[in-house]
Amino acid sequence: MSDSVNLGVVLVNIALLSMLFVVAIAVARLRSLFAIVMLTGVYSLLSAMWFVALDAVDVAFTEAAVGAGVSTVLMLGAMLLTARTARADKRWARIGPMLVVAVTGAVLIYATIDMPGFGDVHSLPNTYVGAEYMARTKAEIGVPNVVTAVLASYRGFDTLGETGVVFTAGLAVALLLGFGERSLSAGHRAGAGRQRLKEGPGKGDHHVIVRVVSKVLIPVIALYALYVQFHGELSPGGGFQAGVILAVAVILYSLVFGISAALDAVSAGFARRVAALGLMIYAGVGFWTLIEGGLFLDYYTLLAHEGGDHHSANTHGQHLGIMLVEIGVLLAVSGSMVTIFYAFAGRAPEIRDEDW
Amino acid sequence: MLEFILARYNYWAIIGLMMIGLYITFQSANLIKRLTGLSIFQTSVFLFYITLGKVTGGSAPILFGRDYGGHGEAADHAADSATGAAGELAAHPPGPDMSLTGHDPEATAYGPIAGLYETYSNPLPHVLILTAIVVGVATLALGLALIVRIREAYGTVEADEVARADLDTALAEAGDRKAAESAA
Repeated sequence: MSDSVNLGVVLVNIALLSMLFVVAIAVARLRSLFAIVMLTGVYSLLSAMWFVALDAVDVAFTEAAVGAGVSTVLMLGAMLLTARTARADKRWARIGPMLVVAVTGAVLIYATIDMPGFGDVHSLPNTYVGAEYMARTKAEIGVPNVVTAVLASYRGFDTLGETGVVFTAGLAVALLLGFGERSLSAGHRAGAGRQRLKEGPGKGDHHVIVRVVSKVLIPVIALYALYVQFHGELSPGGGFQAGVILAVAVILYSLVFGISAALDAVSAGFARRVAALGLMIYAGVGFWTLIEGGLFLDYYTLLAHEGGDHHSANTHGQHLGIMLVEIGVLLAVSGSMVTIFYAFAGRAPEIRDEDW
Repeated sequence: MLEFILARYNYWAIIGLMMIGLYITFQSANLIKRLTGLSIFQTSVFLFYITLGKVTGGSAPILFGRDYGGHGEAADHAADSATGAAGELAAHPPGPDMSLTGHDPEATAYGPIAGLYETYSNPLPHVLILTAIVVGVATLALGLALIVRIREAYGTVEADEVARADLDTALAEAGDRKAAESAA
């Protein structure tokens, strides 16, 4: 065990964990919801850093894009529509939760005595199926990023379900809050963003730098999303991350130039159709493999007539299947995220210039 | 003793973070703050899964170097393993002894895992958590949407005020019914 104790790793862990603690305690103590939401974003970013330290680069990527980016924006949107501060609590009301939490924590810590040590290669979670994926991926799937191989191929059925959950959540949010059409019905606000776009930076415009910088950044963000998408098999990334980044490009445009301008560029109907199309592509690949005579999402049957018979080394079929499925994930996730954002932003009162 | 602590301190830290999240969820009456508590709790669960999948000396689970037909004397090994490894695996299926470094003597002849030269962290928790994060933001958005509707219906996002408003309405309705009955 002593060879596993690496001082550098220990120091990085302790530094990041104590920062996480400080942020979490601050969230528990603060009452300003704005500060709480921003600190939740910081918490996500710090945990993304820790994911990198723990070799989970794909997870870190997702957490940074989703936790620190999209969920902070959504929480801010919800905060704008509800309240700015939490009511002060009574001191005696803290005793009950404190007791429950102390007992639960003590039981969990007692349970860690039987847990495998940190970084133990022979621990139960690290043997069997995880090791088998590592060993088989090169020959069976033929992509270097094992996380992508497991996500899109070995456990493709799981991922289909999760894409469905994201789509359903987007649908539910839109049903609860609308598709953002309210922002268009409010007459005085309609076209405000468009007008600002036409006029360009002028007198009384407080956000010239924000506008100019985002105009430069948005195409680069969209391009980066495509890079992440198509390199997902070789490097960290994939459909989930790319989908969120693509949605972030639209969200940034909407935040800076106003939701009416964003609805002109990417209409709410387009966004939700893209989300549905993505899910249909994913499920469609499954049906295609059924038609080709294989099992649901069995990519070996794809291109089988070109690369020989149905053979377990038909990695071309795997590549095609993974690529199509990842495109489905990209479309479903980006469409759902944009739909969710429009639902919140379409209800939010326009942020006045002095509130920026 | 020190080794015991060093092997487990991150579990304890994660449990601490989890409990802070749980405390916020229990203690706060404000629904938005409650959701931030839930998301701290959720992120701590993610940290727990990822910490379980860490392998000492491992790297990110992306095949590199000789493991993916890279450079070195292994090029020929890589070339034949592209077609041969599947058959090889079929001939020697990974036994129950197999782990990410493989203490199976036959496996160590090839490297950490049968057929691999480098050590990698476990990819499986990464896959589970990656999708969980995206599903997590989707469910968070759903919760926030419900809170927005609660605010529109009740004019508050404090849970106890919402409950009191519900109780008042129910009592008033019961009172109305009683009054109507006695009038009849």
